[in-house]
Amino acid sequence: MTTASFAPDQERTPVPPAEPEGTATRLALKKRGRQARALVMPALIFSIVLTQVPFLVTIAFSMLQWNQLRPSEIKFNWFENYSVVFTGPDFLPSLMSTVIITGSSVVLSLLLGLFFAVLLDRKFLGRGLARTLMITPFLVMPAAAALLWKWSMLDVNVGMVNWALNLLGLPAVAWNTDLPVVTIVILLTWQYTPFMMLILLAGLQSQSREVLEAASVDGAGPWRTFQWMTLPHLRQYIEISTLLGTIMMLQAFDPIAIMTKGTGGTKTLSYLLYERAFIGLDVGQAAAFGVVTVIITIAVASIALRTLFKVFINGGER
Amino acid sequence: MLVKKRALLVGAGLAITAIVLSGCSGAGGGAGAGAAGKDVTLTLATVNNPQMKDMESLKGTFEKDNPGIKVNFVQMEEGDLRAAVTADVASGAGQYDVVTVGAYEVPQWGAQGWLKDLTPALTSDAAYDVGDILPPVKTALSVDGKQYAVPFYGESSILMYNKEMFAAAGLTMSNNPTWQEVAAAAKTLNTPEHAGICLRGKPGWGDLFAPLTTVVQTFGGAWYDNNWKAQVNSPAFTEGVNFYVDLLKTAGEKDPVSNSFTECLNQLSAGKVAMWYDASVAASILEDPTTSKVAGKMGYVHAPVYKTKESGWLWSWNLAVPATSKNADAAVKFAKWATSKEYQQLVGTTLGWTRVPPGARTSTYSIPEYKKAAAAFAPITLEVMNAVNPVQPGLNPQPWVGIQYVTIPEFQDVGNQVAQLVADAIAGRTTVEEALAKGQVIAQAAGDKQKK
Repeated sequence: MTTASFAPDQERTPVPPAEPEGTATRLALKKRGRQARALVMPALIFSIVLTQVPFLVTIAFSMLQWNQLRPSEIKFNWFENYSVVFTGPDFLPSLMSTVIITGSSVVLSLLLGLFFAVLLDRKFLGRGLARTLMITPFLVMPAAAALLWKWSMLDVNVGMVNWALNLLGLPAVAWNTDLPVVTIVILLTWQYTPFMMLILLAGLQSQSREVLEAASVDGAGPWRTFQWMTLPHLRQYIEISTLLGTIMMLQAFDPIAIMTKGTGGTKTLSYLLYERAFIGLDVGQAAAFGVVTVIITIAVASIALRTLFKVFINGGER
Repeated sequence: MLVKKRALLVGAGLAITAIVLSGCSGAGGGAGAGAAGKDVTLTLATVNNPQMKDMESLKGTFEKDNPGIKVNFVQMEEGDLRAAVTADVASGAGQYDVVTVGAYEVPQWGAQGWLKDLTPALTSDAAYDVGDILPPVKTALSVDGKQYAVPFYGESSILMYNKEMFAAAGLTMSNNPTWQEVAAAAKTLNTPEHAGICLRGKPGWGDLFAPLTTVVQTFGGAWYDNNWKAQVNSPAFTEGVNFYVDLLKTAGEKDPVSNSFTECLNQLSAGKVAMWYDASVAASILEDPTTSKVAGKMGYVHAPVYKTKESGWLWSWNLAVPATSKNADAAVKFAKWATSKEYQQLVGTTLGWTRVPPGARTSTYSIPEYKKAAAAFAPITLEVMNAVNPVQPGLNPQPWVGIQYVTIPEFQDVGNQVAQLVADAIAGRTTVEEALAKGQVIAQAAGDKQKK
């Protein structure tokens, strides 16, 4: 996994010698292994109960015909819900919307996050304050952020964005009606830029000053230093922030529920899932959509990102 | 069979846990409806809107008059309430003794046998005066002559207009306008300062499609014919939707897809729109001078029509007793108290006459204090609510009772999906005809389920 490589090399407990010297040592080793396993068990059981059991229940639900308003007609129907998922008209457009919205939000917030991280990675008066202010969007609750954008930023009559457009002599934009996808992307970018920035800033601050100094002594300009020293150094940080950002933005729900209600190409998988469960009241179908979404998320996280990041790898570094 | 049973158990178990947890956090414990002894604790699950909060603040009077009965309020969002109640009834847990149910669900749940038939308890009590309940509301809450809920408050839809803007443009408004007249006035009044009319455009069966369904009906369309054949791509339905979309494009508010009740209310109160077709309950807020710039300047008339005589919708929030309640007698007593004439007097004298729940009883509109406090909108509300016909709101007979909704479980899903398609048409990403052609397929799938 790409993610594993991010963890700095921790000091591991020395591995016992491979060639056992006698039965006594072997027994002692075995006992230690058992003890270790026993100590890990509670945590393991706890996490299995918390993460895997709900997933198994979801899989079970996804094979039921179960509409909440017809509780007398619950029955096992094998893969019928999945056939609806893959043959129905909802899934592919929804997958496309998810890819477009998540993809553009991740890329935009990554670029902006990198930009702000570079800006904040130098000493100036009030840096702490600036950093706190920059992080704020990420701390605002998603539903509150969506309401804030709906009413005070993007409102067609009194919103600040349209007010600014009017100042520039441009006509007001009916964001939700005419540009629903852009609206959601703007909001997600606004919300997740600080997250990207935080991770990248940590990366920048871990960069050794001597290396940068040496580069400038060798006559490298700021852009060359950034391109050939800083970016390769940041690779792992970019990977992890993209990975986490993608996983979080795949689940984006609040702005869609509050602002666009799934119209105009904003019906992402998570919103579709909500619709099936709470408006269609079809638990079985919603569970099937949920299982498919999880599988897609895992696939995207493990395969697509790994190939994507070949771009950043300089000749033979990995 | 075994699988089915086990899944049911798991589901029920999860649902119960969720209910117990939400019950505890919502009301601070005490969810156990004690059947022991003669002391009874009623658990009331309700939507969290202002009138229900008034009810909670007045429950002390009921508890004082009925020693031995305590009432516990559990407030939740509409969606959560539905899930909690359906799970409760389906599992037979009997957590709730009184629930608030919307007009859309009362007939469905009643027919399913989930709600207690209140007819005997209501008709046998002369003091309750069941005949005083507004007839269309009573009809909408009954199935085969059995009444499954009592209305707490009700509403219809009316056209609200800014008299100042009309006078400035030299226009007048009749008490029963047609949609063509309204469209012509809206176009005249549509200026850079204010839009001609505000209409809901937010996708959702209860948002966009509440007013739009009434427009479709007065244009002669309907969701289904008498044999549950979907009529969404019929010429009349298409004409109605086209009219609505064109009106929005030519004289409507900006950014319609953002707008539902609250958003239009804001624009009206700020004087940014000349007309608004929406719920009658809005009038009481528009007439409040503390929040509204247009208080005293508004006129209220019947919903605009085209081919039918009336076109207002009909909605009520109601109290019902789940069939699983273990304290049904006490529960019925409370439901009757909260919807009685005395309760309205109690609200009027303690909280103020404008806070009296409207649109449920005819006698509300003959209380002198209420008539005075609500002079601007009480007469039109009563007039419209008595005029609408939930049995046949459109030109043709329909196999369900209800105006701006179809009382089948699938309708909210159908309404939502078609509303999203129509919103695309409002934004110009697709045509109304294309949107409704897709909507027809969705609606027919739900209609087929009613046939069997």
